[in-house]
Amino acid sequence: MLLENEVLHKLGHYLPSQLALKDFVHHNTLHAFERRPFHDALWQASQAFGYTTYLSLEEFRAMHGQGRVSDEALDRAILAGTPAAPGHDQAAQLAFWRERMFHYSPQKAISGRLGQVRKVFKDQLRINLGKLTHPILFRLLSAYFDQGVATWRLPLPPQGFLHTIRQLSTNGFANIFKTNRCRNLLLNEQLTVFDLLEMLIGDSRLFENYLFDQQFEHPGWSGFVHTVSCQPATLLEHRPINLKELVVFELLLELDVVLHRWKEGYKPIGYLVDYPVIPIDAPCPADDDLPVVLRLWQESYEWTYFNEVLKGLMAPIAITPKPKPSFQALFCIDDREYSLRRHLERVDPTCDTYGTPGYFGIAFYYQPEHGKFFTKACPAPISPAHLVKEEGRRKGHRKDPHLSRRSHKLLWGWLIASFLGYWSLLKLLVNLAKPSLTRTTNYSFAHMDQKARLLLESTGQVEHGLQVGFTPAEMAQRVEAVLRSIGLARNFAPLVYVVGHGATSTNNPYFAGYDCGACSGRPGAVNARVFADMANRPDVRQLLAKNGLTIPPSTVFMGAMHDTTRDQVSFYPDAPLSANNQAIHEKHREYFEKALKMNAKERSYRFATVRRSLTTDQAHHTMALRAYSLFEPRPEWNHTDNALCIIGRDQVYRHLFLDKRPFINSYDYREDPTGASLIGILSAAIPVCAGINLEYYFSRVDQQMLGAGTKLPHNIVGLFAVNNGIDGDLRPGLPSQMVEIHDPYRILFVIEHLPEVVQKVFDSQPALYHWVQHEWVLLCVLHPMDGQCYRYCHGEFAPYVPFGPPVSTVQNEGDILEVIDKQKALAVRGQLTNELL
Amino acid sequence: MKLLIHICLFIPFIGFAISLAIRRGREANMARLALVTMIGSLISIVAAVSYWLVGGGKPVNVHDLSLYDDKAGHFHFFLDFFMDRVTSVYLLVGATVGLVVVAFSRRYMHREHGYGRFFNTILFFYFGYVFTVLAGNLETLFMGWEMLGISSFLLIAFYRLRYMPVANAIKVFSIYRLGDVGMLLTMWMSHHLLHENVAIYQLNFDGNQTIILDHYGEALFLAIMIILAASAKSGQLPFSGWLPRAMEGPTPSSAIFYGALSVHAGVFLLLRTYPFWKGIVLARVLIGAIGLATAIVGSLIASTQSTIKGQVAYSALSQIGIMFIEVALGLEMVALFHFAGNAFLRTYQLLVSPSSVAYYMREQFYHYALPVYPSFRFPFMRRAYMGAYLFSIREWNLDILLFKLIFKPLKKLGKPLWFIRRKSVLYILLPVYALGIVLSYTHMVTIPYLRHGIAVVFGILALAVVVKSYNERASSRLAWILLVMTHFFIHLAISFNLDQPNFLEAVLYLGGVSLAGVVGYWCLDRVRVAEGRIIDLNGFHGLVRKHRFTALIFLLCCLGLTGFPITTTYLGEDLMLAHIDSNQYVLAIVVSLSLVVLGIAAIRVYARVFLGKLTRDYHNKLELTY
Repeated sequence: MLLENEVLHKLGHYLPSQLALKDFVHHNTLHAFERRPFHDALWQASQAFGYTTYLSLEEFRAMHGQGRVSDEALDRAILAGTPAAPGHDQAAQLAFWRERMFHYSPQKAISGRLGQVRKVFKDQLRINLGKLTHPILFRLLSAYFDQGVATWRLPLPPQGFLHTIRQLSTNGFANIFKTNRCRNLLLNEQLTVFDLLEMLIGDSRLFENYLFDQQFEHPGWSGFVHTVSCQPATLLEHRPINLKELVVFELLLELDVVLHRWKEGYKPIGYLVDYPVIPIDAPCPADDDLPVVLRLWQESYEWTYFNEVLKGLMAPIAITPKPKPSFQALFCIDDREYSLRRHLERVDPTCDTYGTPGYFGIAFYYQPEHGKFFTKACPAPISPAHLVKEEGRRKGHRKDPHLSRRSHKLLWGWLIASFLGYWSLLKLLVNLAKPSLTRTTNYSFAHMDQKARLLLESTGQVEHGLQVGFTPAEMAQRVEAVLRSIGLARNFAPLVYVVGHGATSTNNPYFAGYDCGACSGRPGAVNARVFADMANRPDVRQLLAKNGLTIPPSTVFMGAMHDTTRDQVSFYPDAPLSANNQAIHEKHREYFEKALKMNAKERSYRFATVRRSLTTDQAHHTMALRAYSLFEPRPEWNHTDNALCIIGRDQVYRHLFLDKRPFINSYDYREDPTGASLIGILSAAIPVCAGINLEYYFSRVDQQMLGAGTKLPHNIVGLFAVNNGIDGDLRPGLPSQMVEIHDPYRILFVIEHLPEVVQKVFDSQPALYHWVQHEWVLLCVLHPMDGQCYRYCHGEFAPYVPFGPPVSTVQNEGDILEVIDKQKALAVRGQLTNELL
Repeated sequence: MKLLIHICLFIPFIGFAISLAIRRGREANMARLALVTMIGSLISIVAAVSYWLVGGGKPVNVHDLSLYDDKAGHFHFFLDFFMDRVTSVYLLVGATVGLVVVAFSRRYMHREHGYGRFFNTILFFYFGYVFTVLAGNLETLFMGWEMLGISSFLLIAFYRLRYMPVANAIKVFSIYRLGDVGMLLTMWMSHHLLHENVAIYQLNFDGNQTIILDHYGEALFLAIMIILAASAKSGQLPFSGWLPRAMEGPTPSSAIFYGALSVHAGVFLLLRTYPFWKGIVLARVLIGAIGLATAIVGSLIASTQSTIKGQVAYSALSQIGIMFIEVALGLEMVALFHFAGNAFLRTYQLLVSPSSVAYYMREQFYHYALPVYPSFRFPFMRRAYMGAYLFSIREWNLDILLFKLIFKPLKKLGKPLWFIRRKSVLYILLPVYALGIVLSYTHMVTIPYLRHGIAVVFGILALAVVVKSYNERASSRLAWILLVMTHFFIHLAISFNLDQPNFLEAVLYLGGVSLAGVVGYWCLDRVRVAEGRIIDLNGFHGLVRKHRFTALIFLLCCLGLTGFPITTTYLGEDLMLAHIDSNQYVLAIVVSLSLVVLGIAAIRVYARVFLGKLTRDYHNKLELTY
């Protein structure tokens, strides 16, 4: 039997871990199962917790009918993934499993093991504990956590959840519990979870199961409590709490209910439970072929697509050496930046673009002027030691009188309702007729004022334990690391753009999920600008030159930000430009403009409400309106359809139209023969990209339990999460409006390097290797010498032999638009997804 | 004027009717239809109001379709429409908010499973709203009132396979039904008090005012019933708990119902029935007191709500509390002005509520001030403050109060009736019913007091039967049969009041009941056969996914059985009430209660069999937005 702490630890391990909405960071929804092989983990999760972990058989079969799962991929999956038939009869093996895949339809419900103990209350004692305890539990929790919805805040300093509850109930006239027993128990600070379980359940063999039953009736709340206890900084106003406090309080509430109901004496229910109960994490042997069938479908579905990609990557192309680039631009690895880069390179074939994580290697906290807090400007797991401040902001924060908290007060409410109320109608009508930027819009460029300056240079000042600004040596080190990792160490163009990205949306609680993930869900403009300013400094360049990285004095770095929702780019021309540079910059602006419009046009085809016949200008305009429209639950598709991560030089993928599926990190294997930089790249790319990919995967296949459900009935709780209605559980995960057209593929990493180097890199990094080993991410290596792909499978690289006709390649933008048009036609026919062409 | 009013009514109706014919998945057609309907409606309403204003702005009454007239001057059922200041403000606000919400939802609801259903319900609601607002007599108003109730249920339970929305929808519907007792008894009493089915405009006649003042007791009863109906519909104390619980549907539907229109219907009822109770000081004090209490309690709760929708709901309620005070003081114009502003403001706040995370986080980011914790000179103050805080967090236990007020008594009453099973219905209830028929029609008993006494006994039997139905868990079919029998017992009870059997009325009343009853039973049986098991009522089954058509028919049967104006039962119910004499309070209350419980029980059967549970398997595709 486990000790109390061990049980709570295990419980916390299986609970969803989503931070507050402002820090929306994608992560693997089933992180608890990460240490098992992918398919085993999915089956285990499904059997134990009742999650749906694959698409349904019906959907797989329908996709086979549409040609989205090919027969060849299917046969390969069967031959590779099932035991051979007697006598190695491949035909028999294929026939058997094909029959299973197409005709085996077990109609059994997905139920899971939760509730084995708790159901006794409902079925035998006829008491619905959840219904009686959840409302007050949720209300107290949300009042405790509340970050600024309620106008009457918690009247005590928060010093622990139970402490606050004790204070409230002993210092006030109102009581939480009906029975004196529970009132006294609450005051006992030595009270343990097992003490309470002894009183409620009695049989210690059932304790663990009961805790799972109880907490998984509201996984959202429990998960949030656990997450806050691990990462308290996710709430601006800190709220100390831990899972034990929640469990103790909930058990007290339940005990109160049963003691009140059975005044004459309550007998712990342990004796009523059918023993033995199955432990929640006991192995789940399959009793039929279902797990194999699902696995085969998933694999053939994935490899039908990946086969096309690998074919394209392996297609021999004539590499024409590029002339001196007109300009260079650094973008985020984000899949949304890939399509813009593609268009930019079509508009101006002489430019060079690069992908690198959008914090541009510089980790710091950022404080806007007048801001009372810092925001993190780097990936969530990093803890920065520096602070960058903004100075000289022109635009202040503007309030909306209709959202004033006073409108909820009695007399103010009367005044505001009677007089300002009419004006709010006008605002609604205006937004319906002609959406535009309002005070409710979360505007990407508001994060940092364009006219403001950033205090970059360190003066030795320290605030809150953070060094304000960077020393030149620190700057040089960071700039060099990024430039070397992407292979931009020579041949600099006169202008190098550093383009961050952010998103603009209205009426969107998930706004942070649309911004740059490498900047902890904030717009990446600050990092882009900081990087450019650093790289422009003469002292930094001197230091760089010492290390053999010479940037010519005529080269200017310029920060910029791409608004992915509206497809707009704003530049931050902090460094003075020569007349010549000014002139070419103007030209580049036009290129950007054109590329952005085409990007908008390309994005527009995925929206059934945008007409196909629109010109690029019109499409650009229409797409931008989505950012401001109150009535638009899908401002953009965000990472929908991500499926690839390519780490290599641009000639590897330049000839392909990869839609908006790949994350791309530029990398030149020639600069990094030992794979040292590759470790750095993979350490950032695998957790981030796999996190995004798997969260999309699970939210798509199980919208009810692993996703957040449809956005439309969502209600904001305390500014940190959403739920349905008033009394519902919190809803972690992604809403249907973000994932509905997503194709749930696992992500395929393609690295351009020698297989043995890649092998060595993974061998040296166990934390990265487990992703690949257990196939949560798939891995291929593109051999730079022979152009052959090697698929990583069962611990070794094996050459990948593609099937099917060769892929067609894209020549110019006309082709791309044609592809888009064709896709739109597909979408109209109800196949709202896309294939590589 | 008559024509204009007819057009105002006709446009939403025809819009709703056409919307039923649009096939599933035709989003664009549905949205276009809804939009055209709302624009048309707004134009027609503006035209009607302008015409009315040009004509002097005097109250106008339109005596309309006569549905039933017993020629004896005893009972005359007619539709009647009325236009005055209150009507025109409510119409204009309704049409504007309706248009905004439809235009908003057109895109917002895109790709939602149940897109069409949403617009069907919104149009139906809107038709009910216009009907209610234009109603010129209580019977007409009640028809609209019922439409509001049922469309509310359908929209709260929009996500019909989830437990919480369905459970809350039943809760809200139950409270609405409780308000309906008020309406039923109001109709009954006003009928007796004024000796005819009066149109509202006639109430201001001196003669009628004199009658009201002369019969103070009856008039007070009437006023209290009106207040009951209005408070339930507008979520005033002690009914406030339902409003936040109703926020389960898509945000725009919450906005139109619980921010703007539906929740102000109680205020409308008070304004409309002002002539009934304006002379009764006690009633005015009561309305003011309820309003004041709700205003204070509501704003206290609103201030501790940590979810946006809960906050908006309670602050809307506290403003409605103030409106009650305004109405009680006779400040009609102030109340109307306040109503319109509040409706717009709350609609806005709800529709932009998803923005609030970004907005308030930003506000906090730039304007954060460290919290200041209150300090107290006396321990007593501290205890009171903490107590009030905790009490407001608990929403003043209003939710629990409702449970104790409605559901617990029903459950308690049901316990002694355990012996009725599906088989024993035949042996127990049928003979009793037969005995009743014999007693009633053969005139064995002729002493009026005794007849009244027997009527009450059968009334109580009807109530017992329906309570049993409400508590039935083992079989959905038994619950249904009991519901049908309730009507028969009600009819039987009333028949003791008649000197001779009135077959036409019996056919009107029981014909509708039988039709709904038989078809409903057939639906349940069909589902039982298809599922191969007895459908109990222990929990939710969520069978609507598999049996869409049957579920729809069964819903219609439920409506028919509960006296919704789609079968003649509606008329019959009114007739029955009219036959209860004004001194038979007990019978009137028992019958009304039976009808109320019947509504709750019928919806419960529908919800438990067809809604509230999502079963998932590895084979079938599941829509993402269930």
